[in-house]
Amino acid sequence: MNVTTAPQQNTRLNRILTVLRDVVSRPSGAIGLSLVVFHVVLALVSPLIVPYDYKAMNSAMMLTGPETAHWLGTDHLGRDVFTRVLLGGREALLVTGIATPIAVSWGGFVGIFFGLIGGRVDEVLMRVVDAFLSLPWILKMLVLIVTFGTGIEVLIPTLAFFYGIPVIRIARAATHDVVARDFVAASRARGHGRMTIIQRELLPNVLDTLMVEGAMRWSWMLLAFSSLSFLGFGVSPPTPDWGLMIADARGFMSFAPWGVLGPVIALSSLIIGINLTADALAKALGIDRAQKAPV
Amino acid sequence: MLRMLIRRLFLGAVTVVIVSMIIFTGVEMLPGDACTAFLEREAQGKLLENCREAQGLNRTAAVRYFDWATSAAQGDLGVSANGSKSIAELVGNRLKNSLLLAACALALGVPLAIFLGVVAGLWRDRPVDLTVSTLAIFAMTIPEFVSATVLILVFSVWLGWLPGIVLTSANAPASAFFPEILLPVLVLTMVMTAHILRMVRSSVIEVMAGDYIQMATLKGVPYWRIVFRHALPNALLPAINVVALTIAWLLGGVVVIEVVFNYPGLGRMMIDAISDRDLPVVQAIALIVATVYVGVNLSADILTMIANPRLRTLHMRRG
Repeated sequence: MNVTTAPQQNTRLNRILTVLRDVVSRPSGAIGLSLVVFHVVLALVSPLIVPYDYKAMNSAMMLTGPETAHWLGTDHLGRDVFTRVLLGGREALLVTGIATPIAVSWGGFVGIFFGLIGGRVDEVLMRVVDAFLSLPWILKMLVLIVTFGTGIEVLIPTLAFFYGIPVIRIARAATHDVVARDFVAASRARGHGRMTIIQRELLPNVLDTLMVEGAMRWSWMLLAFSSLSFLGFGVSPPTPDWGLMIADARGFMSFAPWGVLGPVIALSSLIIGINLTADALAKALGIDRAQKAPV
Repeated sequence: MLRMLIRRLFLGAVTVVIVSMIIFTGVEMLPGDACTAFLEREAQGKLLENCREAQGLNRTAAVRYFDWATSAAQGDLGVSANGSKSIAELVGNRLKNSLLLAACALALGVPLAIFLGVVAGLWRDRPVDLTVSTLAIFAMTIPEFVSATVLILVFSVWLGWLPGIVLTSANAPASAFFPEILLPVLVLTMVMTAHILRMVRSSVIEVMAGDYIQMATLKGVPYWRIVFRHALPNALLPAINVVALTIAWLLGGVVVIEVVFNYPGLGRMMIDAISDRDLPVVQAIALIVATVYVGVNLSADILTMIANPRLRTLHMRRG
């Protein structure tokens, strides 16, 4: 047993390295991945390096412009904008960083499972998936958020649940492409159960698609999360969050535009970074992303 | 073909029924009901009971679902919780405004997206393609409220060319929304153009690499004749589906943009209704939006099938 697993792990590691090298060798991948790494590292170390307390208000210095003491000025409560921009992605990255793997895992598993089973059950499931997809995302989320509250303990399962549903469809389609192949039939003939077939034959073949899907879901989740914050249904003040900061600073945009620019650039660069990485990953793995419609 | 069509219609109807169940269950989950929202602090004891009696809220969920679903199917969406105004009337105005916004964005975005997509596809990996593709990634990934905020900052605050917020009331005629509607239309156009053009681009690339295009080239057919006569009709077929998804998105998913610009469409009404716990309105909007989504996608599928005999037989073979 040990004899066979060791080289297997080795080849898996090799493949990951090969794919990573391929991603980095593309301009979009190199730029995208550096942006993502930058933001993740920043989220981890920012509490140690910020110049001010993010919730320290100063009524003497409200909405001042950029200067040496406050690089991006201060907001309407006299808080340092630069500090809040540095910290503003932590909540978003934490929530989406946990919710994305959950969404891809459960959606992927359900999709593969029903793709393998097929038949009536599968048909019914797809109608339910269609039904969920036909409702606007914000309506689905708001119903849960209004019911259970806005904390991260609600946001994580909510995002993970709803963003797993489109994954079902993708995983099922990818499974359909492999399920008719000979090696699956061979596995069946050998008397393997469904779980074994999924684990040994289907999952390895669908994994590439799921990885790309996961990267995309991540960026869409971030979008959803910050939109919710923007609308006042996400992070609650005084926690610094880019969406919330943009919403707050919008009112003072005519005479204090620097308040919006900081969070706008930070949020955009992270989301673009993830998308560029997802694009490069899709190309490196040979999966055409552009064919897929926005869901 | 006819069997296929009937099957599709049937599946679409099934989806709408499932949606209505999900909506009903979801709204049931919301804390409070029409009566607690209407009576506010006095919502207790006899008063609450009487109100629930009058609204028929004391019946079992299954009975209420059946009641709601059958009257909705007949076009009767009920009355809103906090007034006696009919929802059909309330929603009608908002739907009209959402349609106006969608129509403007489509009229601007679809031709632009097809043009840019074809150009980018034909000159793949050239500077023009790289520029268009990069801009598209920016346009589709940056959150709508971010691009909206930046556009307001540039066009409204700094340049002062366009109004940054819609002040026209919900039941005003369509013409009253100009020029206030222009900035929201611009944001929507950016996002949808990006999605459609990416689709068109990859479809053009795929078709141009096909055997029959190579054959035509070898036969000496002029390049532009190949492009217009042979490639584009096939390449633009998949665009039908993306445009359909875009229409559905425009009518239901533009909540954030409507809030940013204060535009009185369906999306903003939905948010208001959720905050006010106006459950009948939430249900009605959700049902309308979902039905539009299913209907538009169904039409796109059927249209694609009619236009493409190969796809038609492929579906038949698959059963």
